Amino acid sequence: MSNTQRSQKIAFFFLFLATLLILVPVGLIVVVIVQKGLPAINWQFLSDIPRQGMRAGGIFPAIIGTFYLVFGAILFALPIGLLAAIYLSEYAGNNPLNRIIKLAIVNLAGVPSVVYGLFGLALFVVFLRFGASILSGSLTLGIMILPIIITTAREALESVPQSFREVSLSLGASKWQTIRHIVLPNAIPGILTGTILGLGRAAGETAPILFTVAAFYLPRLPKSIFDQVMALPYHLYVISTQVPNVEEKIRYGTALVLLSLVLFMNLVAIIIRYNFRKRKKW
Amino acid sequence: MADIRVDNLNLWYGDFQALIDVGAHFPEREITAMIGPSGCGKSTLLRVFNRMNDFVEGVRVSGQVIIDGQDIISDKPDLVKLRKNVGMVFQRPNPFPLSIYENIVFGQKVHTEGLSRSELDEIVEDSLSSVLLWDELKDKLRRSALSLSLEQKQRLCIARLIAVKPEILLMDEPCSTLDPQATGRIEELMRELKNNYTIIIVTHNMQQAARVSDNTGFMLLGELVEFGKTRDIFKGPKDKRTEDYITGRYG
Repeated sequence: MSNTQRSQKIAFFFLFLATLLILVPVGLIVVVIVQKGLPAINWQFLSDIPRQGMRAGGIFPAIIGTFYLVFGAILFALPIGLLAAIYLSEYAGNNPLNRIIKLAIVNLAGVPSVVYGLFGLALFVVFLRFGASILSGSLTLGIMILPIIITTAREALESVPQSFREVSLSLGASKWQTIRHIVLPNAIPGILTGTILGLGRAAGETAPILFTVAAFYLPRLPKSIFDQVMALPYHLYVISTQVPNVEEKIRYGTALVLLSLVLFMNLVAIIIRYNFRKRKKW
Repeated sequence: MADIRVDNLNLWYGDFQALIDVGAHFPEREITAMIGPSGCGKSTLLRVFNRMNDFVEGVRVSGQVIIDGQDIISDKPDLVKLRKNVGMVFQRPNPFPLSIYENIVFGQKVHTEGLSRSELDEIVEDSLSSVLLWDELKDKLRRSALSLSLEQKQRLCIARLIAVKPEILLMDEPCSTLDPQATGRIEELMRELKNNYTIIIVTHNMQQAARVSDNTGFMLLGELVEFGKTRDIFKGPKDKRTEDYITGRYG
């Protein structure tokens, strides 16, 4: 075996090993959660309120709460994020100030979520007097996922070939018409990827909702966006650490529901994205 | 009048002067070829005529370019109107990732709201017919434009342009990605089109300029060295530099 072939094999081995190292823990987590959580899953668990100090009954209010919060966060973050991304990629020039802004947005994605929680508490709950409510929680989660959405949407817009823009403009289309008819449709798959990432993050984070919306125990459904709700991640934290003697299967069952909810929402976005990709190719 | 008159045209990219005191007249319904080595400014000149250089940062232009009685350099022309009137075919065929039909109606849809289905159909048939693609493609209009061959794609791009009804066609090395047979057929098409359009073509290929054009301009380092009837330029160039270039002695 020649030297190049050997180094090729060694490289393959390590690349494969790295992939395996990522896949195995993820796979294990999923297997453990499904194995331990599945026995808890039944219709009552999904549709009932928590009973006996959250040691029995279901988690329905938390499912609904998380659904509202994620929906609200996307409703707020997607339009604003998309507009910001369009501005940054299509209109803002390439000057130092704009480069700093872009860098700052990328870095915001790495800010610990508890900081967003504190910010949401100060701005929405206290200053704007929204109180601990779905509105405050959704806005806080929305702000948290804005950097993800802006950054991925901007990259999606910038990856649309420059030649498409040139042709469109050379045919007499205005800049906005070019963006609207040519650039945006071709960037939608990438924008949806960002939305998927944001969705998953919004559904799973505990810290931002801790101060802004999440209720420890609230066995009824919210009546308006100014109500508090229970949410799955926080509920999971509560029954795992704050309430003694909760059956293991209820804890893992809650985790399984959270995981499935995120997967389900992602799946919807992935299907939409797939359909767009199938239609537009270059 | 769909001719272009250029006077004292200078253009700078930052500190670099890409066009130096260019002056020429591009007559109506004739093909004018611009030849010269890479970087001589012929593409830049072409992009002055539909103001596509505006997107380059740090570009400055002075002089006069009269199209339709309007100086498009200093008169602040309506760019949408100008680009509808002065269309461009690019070096690489670049159809949108849409269907053949949608590609052709794109321009009209952008310019005119609420065209009826039959009006659009008519535009598609007219445009495809004028680039001799109608018979080939009339049953495949819903197929992706990206499934076409390179030559078909370039024809489609010309059809897409014709659909917005320009008077002047700028072609920036339109055949450079095509094989000799396809090139020949596109040249055939250009001769056909010159009955209705003023065509300016930038080309690296001197034989192409000699075959297809009525007038030829030779550019070197930003200057228009010689401009005249194609047969005069190729038979007896007045400038030594032009002679060197067309006889292949230019390095």
